[in-house]
Amino acid sequence: MKWQRKDLLGLEDLSADEINLILNTASSFKEISERPIRKVPTLRGKTVVMLFVEPSTRTQTSFELAAKRLSADTVSIAASTNSMQKGETLKDTAKNIEAMKIDALIIRHSSAGAPRMLAKVLTPCVINAGDGSHEHPTQGLLDIFTIKEKKGRIKGLNVSIIGDIMHSRVARSNIWGLIKLGANVTVCGPSTLIPPGIEKMKVKVTTSVKEAITNTDVLNILRIQLERQKGKFFPSIREYMIKFGIDSEILKGAKKDILIMHPGPINRGIELAPEIADGPYSVILNQVTNGVAVRMAVLFLLLGKRKAPFLEPSKKGRF
Amino acid sequence: MKLLIKNGRIIDPANKINRVSDILLENGKVSKLAKDIKPNGAEAIDAKGMIVAPGLFDMHTHVRQPGREDAEDFITASCAAAKGGFTSITAMPNTNPVCDNRGIVEYIISESRGNAIINIFPIGAITKAQKGEDLAELADMKDAGVVAVSDDGSSVKNAQLMRKALEYSNMFNVPVISHCEDLNLSQGGVMNEGLTSTLLGLLGIPNISESCIVARDIALANFTKAKLHIAHVSTKESVELIRQAKEKGINVTCETCPHYFTLTDETVKGFDTNAKINPPLRTKEDRKAIMGGLKDGTIDVIATDHAPHTEADKDIEFDLAPFGIIGLETALSLAINELVDKKIIKWDELIKKMSYIPSEILGLTNKGRLSIGADADVVIIDPDKKFKFAKETIVSKSKNSPFIGRNFKGCAVVTICRGKVVYKA
Repeated sequence: MKWQRKDLLGLEDLSADEINLILNTASSFKEISERPIRKVPTLRGKTVVMLFVEPSTRTQTSFELAAKRLSADTVSIAASTNSMQKGETLKDTAKNIEAMKIDALIIRHSSAGAPRMLAKVLTPCVINAGDGSHEHPTQGLLDIFTIKEKKGRIKGLNVSIIGDIMHSRVARSNIWGLIKLGANVTVCGPSTLIPPGIEKMKVKVTTSVKEAITNTDVLNILRIQLERQKGKFFPSIREYMIKFGIDSEILKGAKKDILIMHPGPINRGIELAPEIADGPYSVILNQVTNGVAVRMAVLFLLLGKRKAPFLEPSKKGRF
Repeated sequence: MKLLIKNGRIIDPANKINRVSDILLENGKVSKLAKDIKPNGAEAIDAKGMIVAPGLFDMHTHVRQPGREDAEDFITASCAAAKGGFTSITAMPNTNPVCDNRGIVEYIISESRGNAIINIFPIGAITKAQKGEDLAELADMKDAGVVAVSDDGSSVKNAQLMRKALEYSNMFNVPVISHCEDLNLSQGGVMNEGLTSTLLGLLGIPNISESCIVARDIALANFTKAKLHIAHVSTKESVELIRQAKEKGINVTCETCPHYFTLTDETVKGFDTNAKINPPLRTKEDRKAIMGGLKDGTIDVIATDHAPHTEADKDIEFDLAPFGIIGLETALSLAINELVDKKIIKWDELIKKMSYIPSEILGLTNKGRLSIGADADVVIIDPDKKFKFAKETIVSKSKNSPFIGRNFKGCAVVTICRGKVVYKA
């Protein structure tokens, strides 16, 4: 199949075939990062702008490296330097960036739907690098890529996602992708952090970590956002650790070949005990490595078939 | 000045009239209702095949003047209203400054009288600056001309203060219109809480956010025996609570808005800020309960909650955009298509809920009826006229409607206020 979409806004929109196309493309790109000279000319002459209205280190660095390894030119705009602080709307900022002639805009924003809003009005590709609690498609893709790499398949696997499901875009993108590829997904967390209606996404819901761990092939542990404490979703970090923290004790009941995943950044000793984060089951750093390959694949598929602007002098519009 | 409307079907629920007849308007009043009235110099309008009814009365309009004249003002709101078949609207007090004293009430009355082409009745704030702390001068505002009091846009958080507002306003028989919302339960939500909010990753406003305060205010109304009107009912639970209250004989009335019986929270998919409303669009089940409430009379009134916002204000990130949609130009057509055409209610009921009952609740007994001597506020409705609601045709200064592009059948074709034609399709 051929890639048809202009934008990557979420895994809800994608078919299983499209997801597989990205995963397969990523696996052929993975090797580039292992070379002594980690660069190919594939996207030479393309311009990729990263607009991170909400701060991020991992995702932004990963996208930047992915673009650079494909020889695209990159510009990063951080929240603290953008003109939105002067009252400019997001749309105007994006239109201004577009006017400088770019090929892709990678956006992270605290408002769900912001990438979709821009995709509607921009000619360049829009890639969602996380929008509020909505979606984080490349994180979902790199998680699925990592599972497939380690387990050889997705179909029929039991995957449990543990933590603050309600506010997690990572959970949503993972659920969409995994379900489309035939995995059995369980979500687990305090009842106050399970969003209403989630069972209609065809996932199993439980508040028992033990149940979520039993017989599961993959445990994806979400970061507990400490600022959520203010929302009184649970009484204390201490109690969260006791009831929902993953340590070697609770993992005694797990399968011997379980994969431990975490999208980062980890609160060591809160949702995840250090010995597990660094232990033999952990594929947390593999996720990060794979993130670059997955993002290279996404950039390649979205940008690869678009004509690079200004490769030849335009016949029209000369001064 | 004389105006004769011929051959229309007169629907006047106040007088239990539903028959083909002529009606003569003279000197701004209804002067005669009979078959074959001779023109005798009166200008005649042929209304054959049309419905002739008392002008519609919207008891929930945000006019935005003073303060946000870039979104709407007395003139544009009144023109949009006239186009929608309304001859009277109310001005909700959440303006800038808030309508919480005689000065602003007088400003609205004098300023709108010279400019608006239909009647605009001010509603005063319950509390000063709508802050929910101290009662505004309710009696003085009543003397200055408010027809109701409300902190609409926000809920009176303090139950004790709400009790006092009900007790106090009951002295001079002014209804208290309650925006029922527990802000702790709403918790910064931007749409209905449910599957759709979960899928979109947006914070939800649960049904209980509304129904908890509906239950509280019903209890207060029962205790104080004051006149309580519940604004923009959107949930199944609220309908049930109000139904029970009415069965017990508690003095409570309520309204819903066309969007609650037409749309569901799925409209928000795609993050269209023109579907961002408070209370939010709810689920299919709630929509069904709202229709049930309209059918059995639990819901007394259909109001617009016309809430204009400029494109600049609305065309931003969903969670940052303001709540509200315009409604004056679509309310009647939506009610016709969703309620009358689908046999939920009959024409008489529709006119009752959009004209007669609002005028009764607000104590304006010269409005909402075609009694001889009543104000000559009349709407002529063509039930068969088809049109597409296009953005370019919107009269309101703001264009924030989720119904743009929708096809309708049935709308106002002539609107007459105080005996004068103020709108003609």
